[in-house]
Amino acid sequence: MKVFLKVWRQKNSEDSGRFVDYTVEDISPDMSFLEMLDVLNNRLIREGQEPIAFDHDCREGICGTCGLVINGRPHGPVHRATTCQVHMRHFRDGETIVVEPWRANAFPVIKDLVVDRSAFDRIIQAGGYVSVNTGQAPDGNAIPIQKEEASKAFDAATCIGCGACVAACKNASAMLFVSAKVAHLAHLPQGRIEAKERVINMLSQMEEEGFGGCTNTGACEAECPKGISLENIALLNREFLKACLTS
Amino acid sequence: MEKRAHYGLIRSLVGKKIFMALTGLFLCLFLVAHLSGNLQLLIPGYKGRLQFNNYAVFMTTFPLVKMVSYVLYVSIVIHVLDALVLTWRNRKARKVDYAVKSGYGSSLASRNMGVLGTLILVFLVVHLANFWYVYKFGQTPYMTTPEGHYITAKGEVLPDAELRDGHLFAGGLDKGPAMKDLYEVVRQAFSEFWIVALYVLSMVPLGFHLVHGFQSGFQTLGLRSGRWAGLLQKTSLAFGIIIPALFAVIPLLLFFLPEKFN
Repeated sequence: MKVFLKVWRQKNSEDSGRFVDYTVEDISPDMSFLEMLDVLNNRLIREGQEPIAFDHDCREGICGTCGLVINGRPHGPVHRATTCQVHMRHFRDGETIVVEPWRANAFPVIKDLVVDRSAFDRIIQAGGYVSVNTGQAPDGNAIPIQKEEASKAFDAATCIGCGACVAACKNASAMLFVSAKVAHLAHLPQGRIEAKERVINMLSQMEEEGFGGCTNTGACEAECPKGISLENIALLNREFLKACLTS
Repeated sequence: MEKRAHYGLIRSLVGKKIFMALTGLFLCLFLVAHLSGNLQLLIPGYKGRLQFNNYAVFMTTFPLVKMVSYVLYVSIVIHVLDALVLTWRNRKARKVDYAVKSGYGSSLASRNMGVLGTLILVFLVVHLANFWYVYKFGQTPYMTTPEGHYITAKGEVLPDAELRDGHLFAGGLDKGPAMKDLYEVVRQAFSEFWIVALYVLSMVPLGFHLVHGFQSGFQTLGLRSGRWAGLLQKTSLAFGIIIPALFAVIPLLLFFLPEKFN
C-alpha cells in the first residue's frame, strides 16, 4: 500500500504549526495506523529529520493515551476503536490522509500531534473520587447493589479519558467525559454521599479549563471508542439540577 | 469534599442550557396552542370567520392569556440572549479549528441551531408585523354579519350601530369596542403568493430547529433514560415534522382553494 499523509507539525506550544506532506510506501494493510507512523518515523530518523511526535502506550485500546484526528474523525474511521486499533486496511491504496491533533483550547498542543490533557486530571482532582471511608473490599461487597445500577456504573467506568469526546464536539466540550465520571460514582452507594459536591466541583473545573458547553449534538457518543452513552450527560444534568435546587 | 461556592444555575454553562431548555420547551407548548388557534381558519364560511375573530378577541383580552403572553415574550428574549452567550462561549473553546471536519455522528440541524434560530427570529419579526401589529395598531377592518351589521367585541350584533373610533354606538350609547376582522387580514395576506411562499418556506428551518431542539430540551433537563430515550428521539422527529407541516398547510389551502374556505 501507498498513502499520502498531511501531518500537522508544530515545534512547541508557541509555534503556529503547519501541515507537512509525506508519502509512505510499501505499507502492509495489516499494519496499525501507528505502526505506519512508526515506519515513517524510522525513515525520518534515518534521513536525519525530526520524527513526528504522537502519543501512544498500550496499543491495545485500553490505556487512553493515543489519539489522532484522522480525516476529521477522532481515532479515525473505525467505530468504537482507539487510534491504535485502526488498521491500514481501512484506507484505500493511494489515499490522502489528513492527520491532526485533538483541537481544544483546554488541550494545548505540546508538539506535533501530542496535546496536554492534564485538564482532565484536574477535573478528576476536583471531585472524581470518594473521600469518605467506605471500608475494605469485603465491606463494599456487603452492600447489595441492583444489577442494573451496577451495570450502568460499570458502563460509565469504561471511559478511558482519551479526550475523543472533546475532539469530536463542535464546542470542544468535556461533558461526556465529566458525565461518565459523575455517573460511574452516582450509581453506587459509596458515591452518593458526596454526589452534590462532586457534580458542582467537576463541572466548575470543566469550565475553568476552558472547555465549551454541551449542545447535545451527539458527536461525542458516536466517536467515543468505549461507547459512553449520552444518557450519562442526561444524568449529569439531572445531578447538577438536584445539587443546585437542594443545597 | 468541599463544595465550590458561587457555581450554580445562573453562572454555569449547564445552568444557562437549562434555561434554554425550559424556555424552548415552553415555546414548543406555545406552538401547539398557536397551531390549534390557527386551524380555526379552516372552518369554512361565515361561521369560521366569526369563530376566528372571537378567538382573536379572547386571546387579546382574557387576563390569564395576557399574563401567559408576557411569559412568552420573556421566554423568547431569554432563549435568544442565552443562545448568544452560549454560542460565544462555545466558539471560544476551540480557537484553532480542524482542517478537515467530518461532522460524523451529529445532525446538520444540531450543529446549526443558531443559524436556524436566526431564520426563525427573522420570520417572527415579519410575522408580527403582518398580523400582530396590524391587529393591535394598524388599519384592521371591522367584522360584519352577512347582512352588514357590526358586532361588538363581546359578540353582540347591533343592526343600527354607528362606528366611531373603533367603538359602536347604538341610540347614542357606547356599546363597547367593535369586533375586528382579523380573519380578513389573514385572508388578504394569504392571497398573495410571496407571503404564502415566505410562510411555507419559513416552516423548514422551524422544523429542523424543533427536531433537534425538542429532544435536546429533555436531555438538558435530565429527562432521558432507558426506554424513553428511544421514544424521545421519535417523538421529537414527529413533533418537528407535524407541527410545521400543519402550520404550512393553512396558507397553502387559503391560497389555492380560497372559494372553499372563505
